[in-house]
Order: sequence, then structure tokens, then C-alpha cells
Amino acid sequence: MNWTGRRLPRTEDPALLRGEGAFTADLAAGARAVRFLRSPFAAGRILSIAAPDLPPGALLVTGADLEGVGAIRPELFRFNYRAIAQPVLPRERVHFVGQPIAAVVAATPEEAEDIAEAVLLDIEPEEAVVTIEDALRPGAPTLHAEAPGNVVVDGTIRHPDCEAAFARADRIVEFSLRSGRQNATPLEARAGLAAHDRATGRIRLTASCQMPHMLRTGIAALLGMAEADLQVVAPDVGGGFGQKMALFPEYPLLVWLARRHRGSFCWIEDRNENLIASAHSRDQIHHLRAAFAADGTLLGLEADILANTGAFSCYPTTCGVEPLMALAEYPGPYRLPTYSARARALATHTCPAAPYRGVSRPVVTFGLERLMDRAAAALGLDPVALRRRNLVTEFPHVTPTGLTLDQASYVEALDRAVEAADIPAFRARQEAARREGRYLGLGLAVFNERTGYGTPAFAARGMGIVPGYEVVDIAMTPAGEVEVRIGASPHGQGLRTALAQLAADRLGLDPSRIRVIHGDTDRTPYGWGSFASRGAVIAGGATQLAADKLAARLRRAAARLLQAEPDSVTLRDGAAWAGEASIPLTEIARRVHQRSEQLSDLGGFNLAETASYDPGGTFSNACHVAEVEVDAETGHVRILRFLVVEDAGRLLNPLIADGQVHGGVAQGIANALLEEVLYAPDGNPLTGSLADYLPPSAAEIPHIEIIHMETESPETLTGAKGLGEGGAIGAPAAIANAISDALSPFGVDIAELPATPARIRALIRNAR
Amino acid sequence: MSKMPIRLTVNGVPHEVAVEPRRSLADTLRDECGLTGTHLGCEHGVCGACTVLLEGEPVRACLLFGVQADGRAVRTVEGLAAADGTLDPLQRAFWENHGLQCGFCTPGFLMLATWMLEQPEPVDEARLRHVLSSNLCRCTGYQNILKSVRAAAQALGKWTEVAPVR
Ligand code: FES
Ligand code: FES
Repeated sequence: MNWTGRRLPRTEDPALLRGEGAFTADLAAGARAVRFLRSPFAAGRILSIAAPDLPPGALLVTGADLEGVGAIRPELFRFNYRAIAQPVLPRERVHFVGQPIAAVVAATPEEAEDIAEAVLLDIEPEEAVVTIEDALRPGAPTLHAEAPGNVVVDGTIRHPDCEAAFARADRIVEFSLRSGRQNATPLEARAGLAAHDRATGRIRLTASCQMPHMLRTGIAALLGMAEADLQVVAPDVGGGFGQKMALFPEYPLLVWLARRHRGSFCWIEDRNENLIASAHSRDQIHHLRAAFAADGTLLGLEADILANTGAFSCYPTTCGVEPLMALAEYPGPYRLPTYSARARALATHTCPAAPYRGVSRPVVTFGLERLMDRAAAALGLDPVALRRRNLVTEFPHVTPTGLTLDQASYVEALDRAVEAADIPAFRARQEAARREGRYLGLGLAVFNERTGYGTPAFAARGMGIVPGYEVVDIAMTPAGEVEVRIGASPHGQGLRTALAQLAADRLGLDPSRIRVIHGDTDRTPYGWGSFASRGAVIAGGATQLAADKLAARLRRAAARLLQAEPDSVTLRDGAAWAGEASIPLTEIARRVHQRSEQLSDLGGFNLAETASYDPGGTFSNACHVAEVEVDAETGHVRILRFLVVEDAGRLLNPLIADGQVHGGVAQGIANALLEEVLYAPDGNPLTGSLADYLPPSAAEIPHIEIIHMETESPETLTGAKGLGEGGAIGAPAAIANAISDALSPFGVDIAELPATPARIRALIRNAR
Repeated sequence: MSKMPIRLTVNGVPHEVAVEPRRSLADTLRDECGLTGTHLGCEHGVCGACTVLLEGEPVRACLLFGVQADGRAVRTVEGLAAADGTLDPLQRAFWENHGLQCGFCTPGFLMLATWMLEQPEPVDEARLRHVLSSNLCRCTGYQNILKSVRAAAQALGKWTEVAPVR
């Protein structure tokens, strides 16, 4: 039976459908409530924090109470990184609106809020640095003495022949683009519950997080406690998309409370806190300059990348994650002979940045794919032909930044998309519509997505903490079920199902006999988590390796029991077979554990194996096509059609894969049209509710068509390439190109996202 | 703050609880009745994760006070499956069509769709989208939520093809 590749409904679902999931807030009964008091100013000096009369049992904790608690200070050993420190609670200065400056504890959340409102905060406001332009202004206030000029990361790549390429060019295309700030907005905001266990003295932190092992390591180090005395559990997690990777100050504070006061303390973030004080992303300006030959051949590219990464540097990736990913991956799927770039992370008095689905690549793809359309227009060439001319066709291909592109289908995916989109028919519709004063447009985005990369890729960034491998422990119980313990920690990606499918095939067992255990540092091996489109590739590869080792053990035992050669034994349908003879796996499991005198010389007293996997990485690829109608009077954009041709290698479970594409595209559409975190010039956030920050509903997301191609990766064990982020990467560029195409009669060029009605109207007005 | 005693029926089971008048219906259900299937995604009436049926009508449980449910009947996600855990047809359709990823929005969508499918009028594509656009999901891009409810409507004989799906 081949389970891998089937559209198997998920084992995760029934409990969630019955409302029996266990999210952090569902586990909080009996815990005391924690409310964080947050800075109302973007910048300022703390003069005093005066507690009101506290009712019995209530607490107010400030930075002054946290003697001996360390600051969050991730490291990067390259790219001129300046290590900056984020205190768990500050004593001297506040750095962004929403920064936690004190914690109130009371019996109920309502009481804690009442007390928090009565605390007297005396803060002397100072001048705030809010935008990229503010941060770079000569004489601007400096956030951190360690980072002069507010530059926290400054990475450059210089190819000596770049200037020659520009000197030789027939055409130079140059422009700037801006990407608005986004919030990943998981529907469950952050939450943590720290509980002291009197019997053992240990603390259990249950948190809505993506990287439980990393969180444990980080918190133990900050608090100077034994890591072995801290258990971190990620229960059901209501979405993350990167936002829940980081070590936030709220979590060590909860653990500190549980240790100090020997009790249970729970913080459930509200939506306003999540919108202003969790983590933001994508606030970037790119300046691009590209050299082309007259026939459309791309000769060289220069990029200047500026990222507003907020007040602090997120742990463990650091604030370098956005600019440095752009620096390394700007060449995309295109053959680029020479490349020079500079990428900076700038500190501002705003919420810190952290990874969000796609990290910098939605912005990079916006840049590259606008470049292709602009260049085609400048050279009088067909944009599809221009892309085809420059896409990489021979693999492996080494990019100018040293990345190796493995087997992929860049041109083929483009061709499939162009065919499915039926561009000639669209052009006819576009013509007819224009005669009626309606503006239709079609936009393409071709891109690759670096996925499933292990430690080499993270080490190359010079990270002080190098994530990347995954470890899987597998064991068969005496009754014959299989437990797969993974260090990764999924939160909606269906890994419990997909990994069971993989293991089922290797063990000849029904997936319903396999339990995948994750999200608990006490019960799983050390590992990293679900981020960077890595679950199917890395946790999948490690699961496959571990299952193979277990299968070999089972075959050896079966050979003894069936009196056959181990090589002749196969596993299928829950049994081991040698010719016609067979023995159920349940019987082998029972004998290994309970009749060990017969079998222990074959490899011990149990059926447990462990395996790890640390691949170099692979690239999936896709082509997105958007068809839009723009109302030139109102600036409103309606998406008429959205098509995705996706090549993510071998699909472990196409049902789940489609869901990942859908979710990514919806976030990409939101990025293109709707969502933007806004700040007033003084650093006050203006988008503090879901009435101001606008995630799309079913009314804004069109039907999404998906065509899969499956170019198996030679670089991964499972043949899978990741695809968790691709939807979010391609959609903004495709939509920006479609709007620009629709408004080409006005000469409008979309260079800023989201393309809100107000922005589109301004562009049309200025063009007229 | 002083508490008020209220009686409400949740999924057919009578509850007598004492709540602070300022507590929302969602908090009342979660904390006083122990029914944590009703989720809170925003607490300001936008996301719909907290949707429950009050006297048969969908409401945002974060926008009502618990005391407003005094003497009234509430249905929550916990009431959908059979006592032995067997999923109802709508829940089954969500399962088969991958209508959920993280599952946080799911209870709200299930209650909203339950209400829609209990109305006398048939459901077509436009009504499906219109009604379901009351709630937010961050994971699925809505494709498989719409597909799940469409499948359930078809199975229940509630579906009508008016406009082609596109
Ligand atoms: S929690 Fe009630 S609408 Fe969001
Ligand atoms: S499934 Fe995660 S929010 Fe809908």
C-alpha cells in the first residue's frame, strides 16, 4: 500500500472539529492572570512606575525586580552585525509603543487590567525614529549606542565585473520600491502559561510557539536556571507563520513568576497587543538597477536593500533575517552574470521585526518581477519572452551569491501558466473592456523558493545559534504501534498525518497505527520547529531514515522467527513476509519486548531507533498569474482570476499541499492590497484593531486554481521540496504586475504595496 | 466585582453560574461552563472565532455579556458531534475537504455554517460566500472552508447551482 502521495484526511482534525483542541488559553483554569503594562511612548526615559494600592494577592513586577535576569541578545558573526540587547522589562528607557514595561498579576484578567490601568507611569518622551528615512537622517537620535547611525546589519556583496556589465548595457532599468509593514496575524494571538510543579520544582511553560526547544534553551539562559528544570510545551497552536518563532520577553517573565512565586501564571495576549507589540515584518525599501542587452538578456543587477527592523533584534534569527535573505536571494530563478548589493537593517522606535511567511522574498519577487515587466516595456519585448530568455534552464546552477539551484522547472512552470492563462484571449477581453472604460490587467510572477535547508545555510549567515537539523526518535511499543517523536513543532501544517504516511510506507503499517508526537521538550528530541518551509523535507527526511532503521530491526527479528534470510524479508500489511510465510509485526514487537531471550542478541531489548537529517536545501518554484479589474474612479481592485503553477517536488499529501498554497496566496493577496501596519510620525501605531488592520475575508479572496508539477529534488531524501511560503511570495508581485498592466493607459507603475485604493487613485491623479 | 447568578442552557444542558456582569458570553462559556471550544481571536467583533448560536441565531459571543444569555439557549461547537464523538455531516465535510489547518477559527465557522444550513432557503455560491465572509481564517485562504460547506450543503440537499463556480 502506498500511503505517501495520497490525499489522506488529517488525523489532527476530529478533536479540533469537536472543539476539543487544547490551545494554551484552554488550559489556563486555576492560573493567576498576568497583564503587561506597555509603553504608551515610542521613545522615552522611565522616571518612575508607581503601584496603586494592590489588593491582596496581586503583584506588580518591574525591571527593578528582575535582578540577575539577562537581556535578549542574539548574535550574528558576519555582515557588520551590532549586537543589541532587549531587556525583559526595561529600567531606563522605552523603545517602542507596546513594549512591556511592567507586569501585573491578579486573580482574574479583568482585575489585572483594572490594576494595570491604575499604575502611574512617569515617562519623559523623547524624539522617535519611526521610518527608514528617519533612521538614516544625519543627526537622527540613536536607539542603541552599540549601533551608530541606527545600522544594526550592513552586508555587502561586490562583484568586480558588475560595473563593466553596466558599461556594456544597451539599456539600464532603475527604480525603487517600497513594501509596507505587515503583521502575520495568526488567529490565535500569543499566549503562555507557566506552572510550578511543587513535587519536582520544575516549571512547565505551555506557550503558543513554533520552536519549543529553542524557547527552553533561551529562557533557561536568561534566567540562569537549569535547562533540565524547564519543560516547554507547544499545545495546539492557532497559526504562527513565523511570528511565533521568536523568544519574546513575555515568556521568560512568566517563567520567572512561576519560579519566584511557586504558582501558575497565565498571559493571554489580546488582539491589540498582538497588532502593536508581537512582531512585524516586510517594512523595506529596495533600490534596483539592472543592465540589459537589447535582446533582453539580463547582464547585471545592483540592489540597495533597506529594512526597518524595529527597536530590537529578534532571537534566534536576529534582525538580519530580512535584509540578508534579500541580499542572498535577489538573483531568484534568473541567470544573473554579475551582482552587487548592499543590505542594511535599521533600528527604529517601532515593534521589532521577525520572520513572516516568505521573509524578504515577497518583496524580492515584487522587485524582480516588476523589473522584468519594466525591462520588457523599455526594450519593446514581450514580458514572457524576456523571462524565458533569462530563466535558469540547466541544473545544478550556482547563483552569483553561491547558492546551488537544484533540478527545477522554471521555464516549464511559466509555459504551463501562460498556456492555462490563455493570454491572447485575455488581451482580447482587455481590449474590449478598455473600449467600455474598464481596466483589466494580467500579471505574472515567476520565482523560486529556497526551502528545506539545514545548518549549512544558517551557518553561512553567521548566526550565533545555528538551527537546521531535525532529529526523530522512533519506537514500536510492545503492542505493535509506532511512536514517532519529532523535534519539529507543527501548528496547522498537518505533519502528524504526513509523517505517519511516510513512516507507514517504510514499515508496511497502516498510518492509523502510527502516532507522531511533537511540541513537548520532555517527550521529543532536541530540534527546531516548523518554519522556512522545512517540515516535509527535514522532519520528513529524518522520519524516513528512522523508520528505515526500525524496519531493518524488524526484518532481522522476523528472519530469525521465520528462519529466513533478513534480505528476503519484506514488510507489508502489518506483517513481515518471507515468501509465503509471515508473522504479524505485533507478534514481533511482543516477542522483542517480552520474550527477549529469543531475540536480544539481534540488537537489544527494544525496538527504538533514532535518526537525524540536515540537508543542504532545495528550491521549489512556481508561477503565479493574477487577472484583475481596477476601478479607475475609486482605485478598487477586484481579482478576477488567480492561478498557481507550483512545483514542490514530490507531494507527501496533496490535500495538505493545496491547503498550504491557498493559505499562502491569501496572505500574499492581503499583502498586495489590504494589510499595512501604520504609525503616526511620533511612533504611535494607528492599526491597533482588526477594523484598521485588514486581513481578508472570503469576500476578498477569489477562487485559487492550482496546477502541480512534481520535479523531485535530488537533494532531499523524500524528493519533496517545501512549499509553505510560496503562495505568499508570488502573489504580491503577480498582483502588482496585473494592476500596472491594467493601468498602463495611464502610465501607472505600482512601486509600493499594499496597493490600496488611496494609493492607486493618487497614482492615477498624478499620471493624469 | 460582584457576580450575578444566571441560568442558561448550553447544548441542551442547563447551567447555573455566577458571573461578573462585565464578563462576555464567550468568557462565561469558557470559564464558567468549562466549554473552551468557543475561541477568542479578537474580542472586538471582527474575526467571528467566537460565533455561537443564541436562540438559534449566530452571535459574536465576545460582544454579548454573559448575563444577556440569562434564561436563553446557546449552542456551541461542543454540541455538534454525537455523544460518542461521531462527527456531524458538516464536521465530516470539513474533515474530508481539509477545511481547517490550525483549527482556531473552525468552531466559529462551524456554528455560522450550521445556522446557514438550518435556514429554509437553499444555499448558492453567492450566499455561501456572503455568509461565510463574516468570519476570518488566517490559514486556509477560505478555499477549503467554502468547499467543505458546499459539500455539506449538497449532502444535506441544501445546495442550488445558480451561478457557475468560479
Ligand atoms: S473574538 Fe469575537 S469576533 Fe473575534
Ligand atoms: S484554520 Fe487557522 S485560522 Fe482558520
